[in-house]
Amino acid sequence: MRIWMPPALLAIVLFVLSVGMPALEPLFEWVQPDKRQVIYDRDSFLFLLQNHLVLVLISAFVSSVAAVAGGIFATRPAGRDFLPLVSQVASIGQTFPPVAVLALAVPVLGFGEAPILVALTLYGLLPILRNTLAGLEGVDQTVRQAALGMGMSPVQVLLRVELPLAGKVILAGIRTSVTINIATAAIGSTIGARTLGDPVIAGLVNGNTAYVLQGAILIGLLALTVDSLFEAIERVWDHRFLPQTEPSNLELRG
Amino acid sequence: MIELKNVTCRFGEAVAVDRINLTVETGEVCVLVGSSGCGKSTTLRMINRLLPHSAGEILVDGEDITAINPEQLRLNMGYVIQGTGLFPHWTVARNIAMVPQLLKWPREQIEERVHELLTLLELDPATHADKYPQQLSGGQAQRVGVARALAANPNILLMDEPFGALDAITRETLQLEMLRIQKEVRKTTVFVTHDIDEALKLATRIAVMDKGRIIQYDTPENILRRPASEFVENLVGKQDRGLKLISLRRVRDLMQPYPDPKPPEPGAEGLREDDSLRVALSVMLWQDCNRMPVFNASGDETGVISREQIMQEGG
Repeated sequence: MRIWMPPALLAIVLFVLSVGMPALEPLFEWVQPDKRQVIYDRDSFLFLLQNHLVLVLISAFVSSVAAVAGGIFATRPAGRDFLPLVSQVASIGQTFPPVAVLALAVPVLGFGEAPILVALTLYGLLPILRNTLAGLEGVDQTVRQAALGMGMSPVQVLLRVELPLAGKVILAGIRTSVTINIATAAIGSTIGARTLGDPVIAGLVNGNTAYVLQGAILIGLLALTVDSLFEAIERVWDHRFLPQTEPSNLELRG
Repeated sequence: MIELKNVTCRFGEAVAVDRINLTVETGEVCVLVGSSGCGKSTTLRMINRLLPHSAGEILVDGEDITAINPEQLRLNMGYVIQGTGLFPHWTVARNIAMVPQLLKWPREQIEERVHELLTLLELDPATHADKYPQQLSGGQAQRVGVARALAANPNILLMDEPFGALDAITRETLQLEMLRIQKEVRKTTVFVTHDIDEALKLATRIAVMDKGRIIQYDTPENILRRPASEFVENLVGKQDRGLKLISLRRVRDLMQPYPDPKPPEPGAEGLREDDSLRVALSVMLWQDCNRMPVFNASGDETGVISREQIMQEGG
């Protein structure tokens, strides 16, 4: 139970701060004394947080499913020929800035939530794909050979041996992907998506540091919450599948 | 029984195994021996269909293996490989239980079987069953590997250089274990090794392979006495063939037994019935004596053996 405490605490802080931001007005007046308005109020923070989270969750779900499926395919005998191509795309794609993906998506999909969802999904694919490949390729060949040679079907080898052994690395990929996307989703505000980036952009445009701070703090807290949630999930995974590595905790983060 | 008839394996242009014929009778240990790249592992893997054969026929108990579903075929063949291939995320007990679980045995029966096998391989179930493979020594891990292969009582055992990565002492121990277990369970075994001494020790018949072909397929004694070619002669070692030959025989077979075993004199030194003639000769040379008493497993003196007898045997 104790491993779930940090993400739970962080989530509570995040929620309280989103609801009670106006209570901190004196603090922000001190930061930004020359403005009449120091608390962002075009939308409620809770609404922005919710919207931000939904965008990240949808894109994370789609990219996880697609990337893990792609990684599995590329490491099967039938898909082996694609392995070099897929792993190259996975590493080159990482060098592509997310803003560029947005700029390319807008002319096709217009303004709003759609282009940022596409950008987040595409951008989130790559760390997961890379880690799925690394995780599956990292499974000891003799283990796979023994499993097959003892009479497991290829599907059983995948489900009972390869995925449990590669799971931790894949999970680390999803963690990286989601954390990056929480930050990237904020950029969506520049093309009309409603996210926690709104106060940041508004603050930058109006020269209001208080707005920028409010958006940034909440984005940071959200990233921390989700990251510590993954930390807890990874520990549970370890406990379930790799108990012998505790407590030394092999670091396999991608 | 395993029969290979004119079996060939090609990888593209390269021929890994070239029209070999091999028959392993039920309960026999056939050892494939040869240098790396001679096709011995390839031959083994064709038997459980991890590799397809390009031509020829492989029959297991008279049935063509291509007619059997590969998973079904493999479930009836224990498989032990170098480096064990144990599942690192499963305990020793679960590793051993793998095939029975795939065969959906009831739980109590699986537990009983795991216990039985750990005991057979001289691992204490209480201390080892719940360990993970990483917590075992190399020798223990390979014992678990053998236990896992025997779990569902397969008719056939395939072993691909199982002891190759172990140190000399552990390897020796495991070879003796294997002889002991084989005496109990009598599995039709195909064993791959590059170590001719291991082959001589374990085999009922040895198949010497070179460049994808079987050069000679015969009993260890015949391989030593009548090597079919210079290659085989070099492999068995021209010079110490004599010693290898007498190491195939046990003291028990050659000694003059007493009509009745008698209790040993206090402090008497001697040989055991299970010692090889090679050990007997070595001990006699070291102690500079011509005759030595022989003791059985319970410590009674059962006979006597002399240096002359061994010398005659070696000739």
